[in-house]
Amino acid sequence: MKMPISAMIGLVLTGAFLFCAVFAQWISPYPLDAVIGGVWEAPSERHWLGTDTIGRDILSRMIHGGQITIFVALASSLLSFGLGSFLGFMAAVSGGWVDQGLSRLVDLMMAIPSLIVALVVLSVLPINLTVLILIMGLLDSTRVFRLSRAVAMDITVMDYVEAAKLRGEGQSWIIFREILPNALSPLVAEFGLRFIFAVLFISTLSFLGLGIQPPLADWGGMVKENKDGLIYGKAAALMPALAIALLAISVNLVADWILSRTTSLKGGRGG
Amino acid sequence: MADLLEIRNLRIEATSYPPGEAPRDVVLVDDVSVSVAKGKVLGLIGESGAGKSTIGLSAMAYGRGGVRLTGGEILLNGRNIRGMNASGLRALRGREVTYVAQSAAAAFNPAKRLMEQVIETSLIHGIMGRAEAEKRAVMLFAKLGLPNPESFGTRYPHQVSGGQLQRAMTAMALCPKPDLVIFDEPTTALDVTTQIEVLAAIKDAIHDTGVAALYITHDLAVVAQVADDILVLRHGKKVEYGPVKQIITAPHEDYTRALVSVRSIDHVEKAEAPPILSVQNVTARYSGTNFDVLKNVTVDLPAGQTLAVVGESGSGKSTLARAITGLLPPSQGRITFAGRTLNAALKDRSKDDLRELQMIYQMADVAMNPRQTVGTIIGRPLEFYFGMTGEAKRKRVQELLDQIEMGKGYIDRYPAELSGGQKQRVCIARALAAKPKLIICDEVTSALDPLVADGILKLLLNLQAQEHVAYLFITHDLATVKAIADKIAVMYRGQVVRYGSKTDVLTPPFDDYTDLLLSSVPEMELGWLESVLARRKMESAGN
Amino acid sequence: MHPVLKLVAQRLTLGLLLLFAVSLLIFIGTEALPGDVAQAILGQSATPEALANLRESLGLNRPAYVRFFEWLGGILTGDFGVALTNGQDIGQAIGQRLGNTLFLASCAAAISVPLAILLGLVAARYNGRWPDKVISGITLSTISLPEFVAAYFVIFLLTQVIPIFQPVAMVFPGMSFLDRLQAVALPVIVLVLVVLAHMMRMTRAAILNVMQSAYIETAELKGLSPMRVIWQHAFPNAIAPIISVVVLNLAYLVVGVVVVEVVFGYNALGQYLVDHVSKRDLPVVQAVGLIFAAVYIGLNILADVISIIANPRLRHPK
Repeated sequence: MKMPISAMIGLVLTGAFLFCAVFAQWISPYPLDAVIGGVWEAPSERHWLGTDTIGRDILSRMIHGGQITIFVALASSLLSFGLGSFLGFMAAVSGGWVDQGLSRLVDLMMAIPSLIVALVVLSVLPINLTVLILIMGLLDSTRVFRLSRAVAMDITVMDYVEAAKLRGEGQSWIIFREILPNALSPLVAEFGLRFIFAVLFISTLSFLGLGIQPPLADWGGMVKENKDGLIYGKAAALMPALAIALLAISVNLVADWILSRTTSLKGGRGG
Repeated sequence: MADLLEIRNLRIEATSYPPGEAPRDVVLVDDVSVSVAKGKVLGLIGESGAGKSTIGLSAMAYGRGGVRLTGGEILLNGRNIRGMNASGLRALRGREVTYVAQSAAAAFNPAKRLMEQVIETSLIHGIMGRAEAEKRAVMLFAKLGLPNPESFGTRYPHQVSGGQLQRAMTAMALCPKPDLVIFDEPTTALDVTTQIEVLAAIKDAIHDTGVAALYITHDLAVVAQVADDILVLRHGKKVEYGPVKQIITAPHEDYTRALVSVRSIDHVEKAEAPPILSVQNVTARYSGTNFDVLKNVTVDLPAGQTLAVVGESGSGKSTLARAITGLLPPSQGRITFAGRTLNAALKDRSKDDLRELQMIYQMADVAMNPRQTVGTIIGRPLEFYFGMTGEAKRKRVQELLDQIEMGKGYIDRYPAELSGGQKQRVCIARALAAKPKLIICDEVTSALDPLVADGILKLLLNLQAQEHVAYLFITHDLATVKAIADKIAVMYRGQVVRYGSKTDVLTPPFDDYTDLLLSSVPEMELGWLESVLARRKMESAGN
Repeated sequence: MHPVLKLVAQRLTLGLLLLFAVSLLIFIGTEALPGDVAQAILGQSATPEALANLRESLGLNRPAYVRFFEWLGGILTGDFGVALTNGQDIGQAIGQRLGNTLFLASCAAAISVPLAILLGLVAARYNGRWPDKVISGITLSTISLPEFVAAYFVIFLLTQVIPIFQPVAMVFPGMSFLDRLQAVALPVIVLVLVVLAHMMRMTRAAILNVMQSAYIETAELKGLSPMRVIWQHAFPNAIAPIISVVVLNLAYLVVGVVVVEVVFGYNALGQYLVDHVSKRDLPVVQAVGLIFAAVYIGLNILADVISIIANPRLRHPK
């Protein structure tokens, strides 16, 4: 199977991001919160990306921030994915009132933009990692639900599934041997898209001051911290924003490639 | 005098983009020469992929979806239109040559009234004024037998039936008084009783307007009714080209001979035997609807024989299969199978009930899991019903493959790597693997080219002789019925209108519907259409 | 009743039901979670007695459904209650800011809608060739950007690299229209960037879908000119999906303003909402959240209604 160059680039970059996230403690030159230089130092041998508004090493903070961003995004997309695809498959295979109930509930949740719901809920709940992951995961599971239900529905009406039913096969054979292998590639691509969405979502919340709280740092929060630097013309202040964009684009490239190899529907976008 | 259309050494190519491979050029049509004189009809016939539609469209110098006319000459009214510039082509398309598509339902613009679309070509090319064009359209509607020709044009495409749309499309093609009309499988998507009406209307219209035509179809019996000459195509190359009479009665080539004799499998019905399946007074409806799709259906199927259930779309023949398999439990009635009464619902049936009653589908493509190999697909019933595993299972799968005449080398392939006919054979092997007493065949040959379908029918007959398995054979195609059935049930609007042995059902006196259905099936003989229409006219005059 | 009217009526009723359900959800969402207004006012260290007193005086001890209908009834009559943090009338505060938000959103819409349709047409016209690839490539990369990241790239580019704008968007009452336009230029550029990509991609898809229909081939085979094919045959069928795409993206735009307002310190509804989320000012959050949800739902219903009306099969029943 030949791989297009764009997908290759996406895969390499995604891998690099994941590597940095996993080994942040070892590869980052300085600790997260150490003040090691002057304010807004220009990039140099010692500080590749310079220092920030109170003299911390931007590169080190980016690596640590990436770890938090990717961790939260991954955890919430795993949650949304597990929950959404389980319920979506269940709705498709059982049909009837289970399907009706779940589908109407999801319709209701999707009638309001996720960001607005998150803001409303965060105005009462304490803001910590668990709460953030839960909120993001639950909100986004609605989209995974719709996609996996649609994919499973498409497959359950296939004659080969009917043939399996006529043979007398049990529910688990039908789900795991007939439906799942055929639903896998659109779902894997969808996982990439949900992950991007989670990265953008947590970054946005942090930027608004309602996401990751200090002393922890993530990319969205760093953009907020360093926004003054921009006014002084410090390009380094853009680095966290650039990291977000780069991660999103590289995962997108991989997901697009996986999706283009399959003939199925793309999930909804954030909103 | 020169011919209206003369195609010389035509070569047509396209670029194919196989996934994961470099794009490459493929030759769709190679070295085809043909000509059509004024007022004559040329039939283009071949299987899918033979290049017949591609050649048809080349008469307008049109290549669909990146298809390129790369060689030869296309002389229309004496000038070569291959390589003509865009404005030149626009001037001749719609004025000299018009087109009738297979699916009129998709070919009409859903947002505009029929009249606007029918007269558009005449107005744009300045052939006639609006008043005259509308008058001509109404005249054509009437000639083509459309209801209320005066007001027919005010309707939108979705407001009329498929058969009527196909006729409206013919009117649209004839309205600008072209020299040549291309008919691209105009009756293929229609039910057989509608097909004959549309076919007769088209033939009359061609005759009365004196237009020449290219008539494209895969059905030799259909084209024999309308064409003067026939070009038989295969894989983009000419097989045989000659007058219709010679092609039908004295074909030179083996392939043509096979096409002509495609519906003449000789099947003698078997003697009466005790039934393996007995359907008694079955009535069924889909949940959420309020009418019965099956009404009081009673039929018997003798062991080791074939019951053909025949009817048009919406007759309830496929629903009968769903009721028997338990997918749609009947609301009333009883089904006995191999001496025991079957539970209505699938989930209440025993494993032996399931095993002994197998099913084969119309679309072999979607009847096999694309992620499983042939070995897994055929092996699963062996494992599931008989507990076979490992070497024993593989050996048995190979035996079954031999039985369906596919031999070695297929066991580890995926369905996508098989041809249409091979896929259907694998589905047959999967059904056989369960050692069934009855196989339900739901339109199993409808999606296949005639010769391939013939092969499948012969295989099914052989297997019946070897394994003594009974078939419930659902089809809309009466030629298939004649080739395979011992008993026949004719269905119409959810009811069995005629049932009995093949000879009885196909011997007059008929009920009205069976008569209509049987007489609508095109036969491979010249003048069949006229004789049927003449007979129908006489009968209706007699009443 | 004409089937179109019936469907539209059905859709509108469904929309009203949905709005009711959403208001209930917003109310329950804040109600059922641990912590309440009294807790929010007094903070975590408040004594139980103080909490109980405050709950009594705020009427929090009455059953939830009573308070829900009071709240909803108030909103329907224009009474949004008062903010906890400063005792200000919420309705008044919203009134001042809603105009600013709508001004920003309409400026962005006025630019992005025609631009998106134009680019979508160009991309569809040159499907697969270089103009399509360039447009699609650029939009694909902007689609991956959250609003605030796009905002900072734009700020950096237009205030530092090419310094033609101010990085904040201050508006105040009494400002002239031109000054206002000048002030919102940067946020509008950002919003246009963000919403354009989605709108243009969906427009392109809608047009391509129509252009690949069999009836377009029929029109070409009639020898019609490309312009006539597009205007007479493609356009009447593409218009409904395009309008529906545009309206859906406008709904998205309304949410996009929240973040952009914060970035530029633009004093409007989104900024107001975010401020009061961090202050845990529940009545404000509920009211503003409901307004955003209502606009979003309203636009979505509008998109549905348009596609119902534009469908010839429904307009001219059998």
